[in-house]
Amino acid sequence: MLGMTKKETVLIGAHFMNGDVACAEGAIAAGCRFFAGYPITPATEIAEHLSQRMPEIGGIYIQMEDEIGSIAAVIGASYTGLKAMTATSGPGFSLMQENIGLAVMTEAPCVIVDVMRGGPSTGQPTLPGQQDVMQAKWGSHGDYEIIALAPSSVQEMFDLTVEAFNLSETYRVPTILLADEIVAHMWEKVVIPPAEKMKIVNRKKPNVPPEKYMPFMPDDDLVPPMACFGDGFSFHATGLTHDEHGYPQTQSSEVQQRLVRRLCDKIRKNADKIIRVEEVMLEDADVVVLAYGIVARAALSAVRKAREEGIKAGLLRPITLWPFPEKNVAKIAKQAKAIVVAEMNCGQLVREVERSAKETPVVFLSKLGEDPHTPMEILEAIRRNI
Amino acid sequence: MVEEMVHPLSKYLREAMMPHIWCSGCGNGIILNCFIQAIDELQIDLNKLVVVSGIGCIGRAAGYTNVNSFHTTHGRPIAFATGVKLANPELDVVIISGDGDLFAIGGNHFIHAARRNIGVKVICANNFNYGMTGGQQGPTTPLEALTTTTPYGNIEHPFNLVHLAAASGATFVARWTTLHARRLTQSIVKLLQKEGFCFIEVVTPCPEIFGRHNKMRTGLEMMEWFKKASVVEHFSDPAKAEITSEKIVVGEFVDIEKPSYEKLLHEKIAQINTKAGELVKEYAS
Repeated sequence: MLGMTKKETVLIGAHFMNGDVACAEGAIAAGCRFFAGYPITPATEIAEHLSQRMPEIGGIYIQMEDEIGSIAAVIGASYTGLKAMTATSGPGFSLMQENIGLAVMTEAPCVIVDVMRGGPSTGQPTLPGQQDVMQAKWGSHGDYEIIALAPSSVQEMFDLTVEAFNLSETYRVPTILLADEIVAHMWEKVVIPPAEKMKIVNRKKPNVPPEKYMPFMPDDDLVPPMACFGDGFSFHATGLTHDEHGYPQTQSSEVQQRLVRRLCDKIRKNADKIIRVEEVMLEDADVVVLAYGIVARAALSAVRKAREEGIKAGLLRPITLWPFPEKNVAKIAKQAKAIVVAEMNCGQLVREVERSAKETPVVFLSKLGEDPHTPMEILEAIRRNI
Repeated sequence: MVEEMVHPLSKYLREAMMPHIWCSGCGNGIILNCFIQAIDELQIDLNKLVVVSGIGCIGRAAGYTNVNSFHTTHGRPIAFATGVKLANPELDVVIISGDGDLFAIGGNHFIHAARRNIGVKVICANNFNYGMTGGQQGPTTPLEALTTTTPYGNIEHPFNLVHLAAASGATFVARWTTLHARRLTQSIVKLLQKEGFCFIEVVTPCPEIFGRHNKMRTGLEMMEWFKKASVVEHFSDPAKAEITSEKIVVGEFVDIEKPSYEKLLHEKIAQINTKAGELVKEYAS
């Protein structure tokens, strides 16, 4: 396909493809060799593409009986040493939540792609939404941290899938690619660099003999090295609260605190290393537009147009939605007169912006069940808040 | 000086996890014992063995076994094990879990894993109820049985697990009670050697939680029921393999040859692939 010979594992060069395919190719480039999924609009093309590509490169594709089975199989493959991914949309993402918690608790590196459509429930399968932002952070029970990235282009569907694997392997945390239907179905140019020019991260392996290995004993970065089934390390892992040996400690408040605080802290204390934002013309901005995913494209046009009109407007685009870039928002809030937040939901990430912006007024532009914001709509909001 | 006595099978147990959580009179220890006897008899490479369990009393068996082990969420051990087996087909992947975990909340994974014929091995402890949560009705609770959620008698028809497994496509299907420890061990030996999806149901006493409501207050009384009611009917029709107060049909019901999912998958990958990936090479060697 796409002019590739079967001898090549990773596509390189410039291609014209849709976001779902770019995501699938990004996974392959990142070293993913296991995909388990269940068909769902608008993420199905990821599964279809990987059903063709995985066998070509010696990887595994399996269609499971549901999304619960898909994420469980992904965690199993991850524990057996493969980089593993699943892809879904809102309804499937809801079904996966319990086992996303299991991946958090057992520190299984894995990537979950959620191509957001309109919800709640079955909602609007073929229309775009950004309604799963809070679910990505809070969907499973208990206290935990995950990482979520929001691509704005087909190129970023590729790049951020690679990044999602790298972060997941670095921090042993499920990482979510929070795409929207438009970015997933849009066709654009994608440039894939040769393998030697790509940064690929693999999980830390234990550097102690098996008899000394403690599967949940963290290093200084709060992340424990990870042995895999069949590596010669005989170890136990459980979704129960567990000590550094992996043994259940269901009655110990000390172990619960040590474990759960570490699971949160390994992300919170590394947030500065994890978080990426795009900042456009923020230096002197009076009005800042904050948008992510496909909406950020219209926001950028609006900001440029405002500048042409002499309005000091700027764009803050969180690429990392979770952990939320609160320092970046707090910083611009000190200089800006207003922050305009544009989202395709009833108000989700705007809550984080309000929390971080403190006294600075935050204006919310909501879209639901239709095309995303036009540049003109955002421009008018900029004009109103100057 | 007295030499310290070490149990010949203690290397198979994580002694740091003892004492176990199981009640007196519970049959789970017998099931774990039979499993360990089987892996000892086969001298299975313990580095290549992965034991997976779900939630429930028997779910702790994975942690007690001193091999690669994983205690999943409720109902998901088969789906998790599917990922393990496909990621490394050289591993022996055994699921030890309960009837509620495998056939109520996890029922969908069971029938589809059997249909695909993925080469994972399932040992199900059937104690007729949800023991860990205090004895509620489950998918195997007999009609009219009393549980904490069927105080007027159970009106739901129970699953016949061996019939379900056979109909779903398993290549090996057996049922024993914990009274049949020797024969259970021999069936586990077979299960571990067979290709494809294999299933053993072990009817096990739960006197503290199930038996107390149903006129069998001790493990011994439950074992006496098994002794009185069990009839060995090898290769009889699993659809007719009943479990009633009068009769428990036990034996090996299915033992057929069928290529496993992972074998077909890796053959397909090898066909498609001119430059076989690492996984394929490993599997072929």
